[in-house]
Amino acid sequence: MTLDQLPIGTPARIAQVDWPALVPEEARRLRALGLDEGARVTLAYRGVFIGRDPLAVEIGRMTVAIRRVHARAMQVEPLAEKTSA
Amino acid sequence: MTRKTTVAALVGNPNAGKSALFNALTGARQKIANYPGVTVERKAGRLLLPSGEPVELVDLPGSYALDAASPDEEVTRKVIMGEQEGQARPDVIVLVLDSSNLEQHLVFAQEVIELGRPTVVALNMIDLAERDGLTLDPAALEAALGVPVIPTVAVRRRGLTELAAAIAEARERPEAAHPAPRPHVTLPERRMLAHQMATAAILSETARHRIHARMDKVLLHPWAGPPILFALLFVVFQAVFTWATPFADGLEALVGGLGDLAKQTLPESLLRDLLTEGVIAGVGSVVVFLPQIVILFFFILTMEATGYMARAAFLMDRMMAGVGLSGRSFIPLLSSFACAIPGIMATRSITDPKDRLTTILIAPMMTCSARLPVYAVIIAAFIPNTRVGPGVGLQGLVLFCLYVAGIIGAMLVALVLRRSVTKGAASGFIMELPKYQLPTVKDLALGLWQRAWIFLRRAGTMIFTVTIALWILLNFPRAEPGQDQIDASIAGTMANGLAVVLEPIGFNRDMSLAIIPAMAAREVAVSSLATTYAVGAEDEEEAAMALGAQLRTRWTLPMALAFLAWFVFAPQCLSTIAVARRETNGWKWPAFMLAYLFALAYVAAGITYWTAIAAGLG
Ligand SMILES: Nc1nc2c(ncn2[C@@H]2O[C@H](COP(=O)(O)OP(=O)(O)OP(=O)(O)O)[C@@H](O)[C@H]2O)c(=O)[nH]1
Ligand SMILES: [Mg+2]
Repeated sequence: MTLDQLPIGTPARIAQVDWPALVPEEARRLRALGLDEGARVTLAYRGVFIGRDPLAVEIGRMTVAIRRVHARAMQVEPLAEKTSA
Repeated sequence: MTRKTTVAALVGNPNAGKSALFNALTGARQKIANYPGVTVERKAGRLLLPSGEPVELVDLPGSYALDAASPDEEVTRKVIMGEQEGQARPDVIVLVLDSSNLEQHLVFAQEVIELGRPTVVALNMIDLAERDGLTLDPAALEAALGVPVIPTVAVRRRGLTELAAAIAEARERPEAAHPAPRPHVTLPERRMLAHQMATAAILSETARHRIHARMDKVLLHPWAGPPILFALLFVVFQAVFTWATPFADGLEALVGGLGDLAKQTLPESLLRDLLTEGVIAGVGSVVVFLPQIVILFFFILTMEATGYMARAAFLMDRMMAGVGLSGRSFIPLLSSFACAIPGIMATRSITDPKDRLTTILIAPMMTCSARLPVYAVIIAAFIPNTRVGPGVGLQGLVLFCLYVAGIIGAMLVALVLRRSVTKGAASGFIMELPKYQLPTVKDLALGLWQRAWIFLRRAGTMIFTVTIALWILLNFPRAEPGQDQIDASIAGTMANGLAVVLEPIGFNRDMSLAIIPAMAAREVAVSSLATTYAVGAEDEEEAAMALGAQLRTRWTLPMALAFLAWFVFAPQCLSTIAVARRETNGWKWPAFMLAYLFALAYVAAGITYWTAIAAGLG
């Protein structure tokens, strides 16, 4: 599953990122923001119009807005469901 | 032995509060706002150490790493490395961290500390960390990083003396006392270490009550978010009219009273006419819009300080992507609502050169605050102050439409440019969404005062000078008896020549006359009209009429609408052209910008005029 397909609010771990699919500068920026292999992320919001772009991803104490193309390059593994909300 | 002045540089991730600290330490007035990428240039100021010794403090653009990607990050890297021309290599690095987001900020911090230079950490935004339920242990962090850590709250001026003392001390310590440069460490290693250090520095964490997460639930909600943004902008433009009315009326009465006073007390002479027609009627007609300007900036500054601006970028991104613009263009375009000049400067944070060029080219179409007086005077004169719905005035609605017209125009032009002259892949939108904050009253008041002062200074210098020059050109040569003074004058002759070209789009002589000096500053269009009608007045009674009343008797509604349409697009500002030249290194692109914007203005005004005529509004 890629990050853009992750249901909203489900915690997940980034398993693998297809870096060559991204523009090098943007790849660098994503890494700098911690969107890298091994990071724990939650998809918080996504746009409503055509393409459902952009996405807001929660990582640590930060919320980062990215485009769907970026999310599509990131394979994620949902983490075990939290027992209570 | 005299030592050269110590240089200290503020370094850190974007939005850590570097500029806020810089202002607090040096008394400067750098722009601070709650979104990443505000500062794009280095700025030096003077900080006094506890000993009274001055230090050159340098504020730098925020950066995520030392391998810079965009022109603004490049500045930071160069200054730190001592490669920036005209800037001595900093002796002390002041690393500014956001306490409420340590895990992220400690990554770049390690990279900087590894340079092995005298470094002091400002653990800033301690108050925000507390708000988020975090209790931090600066001593633990100090031990982990190996450099002094000083807790600060830049906006409340907390920890400033301690920070200054630490800077003084860091400078004195022998090189060996600073952490030695470490061999190459990879980013994942740094990230892991950052996580460990952050965890160790957090003493306790009460249940996360993150206000901003709850606010985002509503404001970024897929369905609720966009209507809220739209409604908010709507309120802004309504407020610009309704809130300003009492103040604007008062100012107008004051200007009118001054004119009467001058007429009564001074002997009749050309000098008196200069004073009443040029200075009071002309410059005064612009100054009366001060309340509108202040209200507009009240909203802009509040949106910037709260962090909503970045959310607006998020909500608008889809539209920007649709026309091939990068999400990074949003902030520069937003800054252009104040003035296109800082907007064009802000494009320095855009990595891709073609992206950046496109943004520079469309920035002048964002409705800058200098257009507000022009719009407001025409709207007040021609659009009835009626309600079109509960709480919705027609005047505010028209103003809103003018802003929207500028945005839509810019988007369409971007669409065309991205498929022709600035073809290329648009870069994506990657942006940290800052935490929500309540704006500090003091910062807001200071910001408003600054904007008001800029406006008044413009009125007192540029607008004043141009209006006086116009008055002279309108009064000489003197008309023969029975001849119209304006037609006889130099300015009138020029305007009559230009009117030939502008007649097809509905412009009369006076409108043609107003747009020439308005190249200096858009507001001059208003003062020009006021001066022209004051000079051209046939009797005292006519001369005493307010500008709005003058316009109503001389223009038709289609003409007024055409004039508004012209100002949505026309590149009526020489300073913007000059900045575009500097930022694109040549005349090619500014020339292109001038040509296409004038063409657009001409066509838009023409279409507006003839459509209005056809609709029977004339
Ligand atoms: N609560 C709180 N807010 C702060 C503090 N320091 C700065 N801020 C706010 O944080 C926001 C960012 O501050 P800036 O000084 O513009 O940040 P910067 O590091 O210069 O950002 P860039 O120029 O974008 O790199 C502003 O809204 C400030 O008012 C602080 O100590 N506490
Ligand atoms: Mg700054």
